[in-house]
Amino acid sequence: MSDLRAFRPLVPGTQPEYDADVYGSTKFRAPKQQLLQVPTSLTEATGPQFSPSRYPSIIDISKVESGEAQGQRIVVEGQVTDEDGRPVPHTMIEIWQANSTGRYHHDGDQHDAPLDPHFQGAGRVFTDENGMYRYISIKPGAYPWRNHHNAWRPNHIHYSLFGPGFATRLITQMYFDGDPLLKYDPIYMCIADAGSRERLVAGFDLDLTMPEWALGYRFNIVLRGRNATPFEDSNDHGDH
Amino acid sequence: MSITTASQTIGPYWHLLPFEGWNDLTRFGATGDVITITGRITDGTGAAAGDCCVEIWQPRPEVENFDGFGRAATDKDGGFSFTTLRPEPVPGVHGRLGNVQQAPHVGLTIMARGLMKALQTRIYFEGDAGHDQDPVLNLIEDPARRATLVAKKTGAAAYHLDIVLQGAGETVFFAI
Repeated sequence: MSDLRAFRPLVPGTQPEYDADVYGSTKFRAPKQQLLQVPTSLTEATGPQFSPSRYPSIIDISKVESGEAQGQRIVVEGQVTDEDGRPVPHTMIEIWQANSTGRYHHDGDQHDAPLDPHFQGAGRVFTDENGMYRYISIKPGAYPWRNHHNAWRPNHIHYSLFGPGFATRLITQMYFDGDPLLKYDPIYMCIADAGSRERLVAGFDLDLTMPEWALGYRFNIVLRGRNATPFEDSNDHGDH
Repeated sequence: MSITTASQTIGPYWHLLPFEGWNDLTRFGATGDVITITGRITDGTGAAAGDCCVEIWQPRPEVENFDGFGRAATDKDGGFSFTTLRPEPVPGVHGRLGNVQQAPHVGLTIMARGLMKALQTRIYFEGDAGHDQDPVLNLIEDPARRATLVAKKTGAAAYHLDIVLQGAGETVFFAI
């Protein structure tokens, strides 16, 4: 039996706006019309479910068959919960990132930094029954982009999550504690609420750190929570 | 209460994620009434949006080996295509709109450089019954705007939808 309860509205200011002047690519892509508030039905309350049998895990992306990637090896662990603190079990997380020099293994990336033949830069993990996930990678490098003069993206790892419903789809980026580039980055800074920005920053964690092998970072993720009853539309709050 | 993690753009390098072949929802062996859905995405200048990640989700039909999920990349002309099973009517919406059956549709998610959050909407299909009674289509008063969600029938089992991110003819996008 599908859970048909609607998802609660997002807290104002905690998500970026589509229209973000400081990020140039939004100029002709951000919609100008107000979004249509739609009630939640089966299509929105449910979503694709993935199984490791069809979507096998790729947990250690710090090496390929032919060798190990250059750079600082890291282990990233965290928990995926909903807004009520309930673990989101068995959900798929996709990650992708630049190599240690700040270059993506992607034809579109022409940054003058070396590619690493031992680093592809994409992984896939599933949360366990407690919502916990873990993967191994190398710390991505910062890289320049042309948004404005002397623009550099902070070190970051891209995340893709689906959660339990179509309405819980989330694309985000994990940053690293203490990165001096964060305050200059329009993609990070265009989230109005400081607390919501800071929650995108993974903390260094000595307990996760593996002696003589890899630095540990913790990054928890919160997906939207559901209303208490199936008959309560997010529409009925009327405060968007 | 915790606060939902903030969205960030998918950026221009999301193609490191797998997508080749993921636009065929029958790839795990599902059989049935197969249709193709093509589309083209343009921006506020009319230029092709050639680096989008496009995903569809359909909870129906419920048949073996059918996940109801597909992913495609737009090409340099902004085009994408999916092969899937023809969606069926979906049970209605709870709450104030009553339990009216919804016309066949797929949920559509667009993620791209320049989009700080995913855009979500639906694709309906020209020629299907029930559009006049559909509780979501009926939220859109302007017939021209409503038409932005209805894919044109281009063949016996083929449909096409032009999607405009911004400006004249802008597609209706949803807050869910």
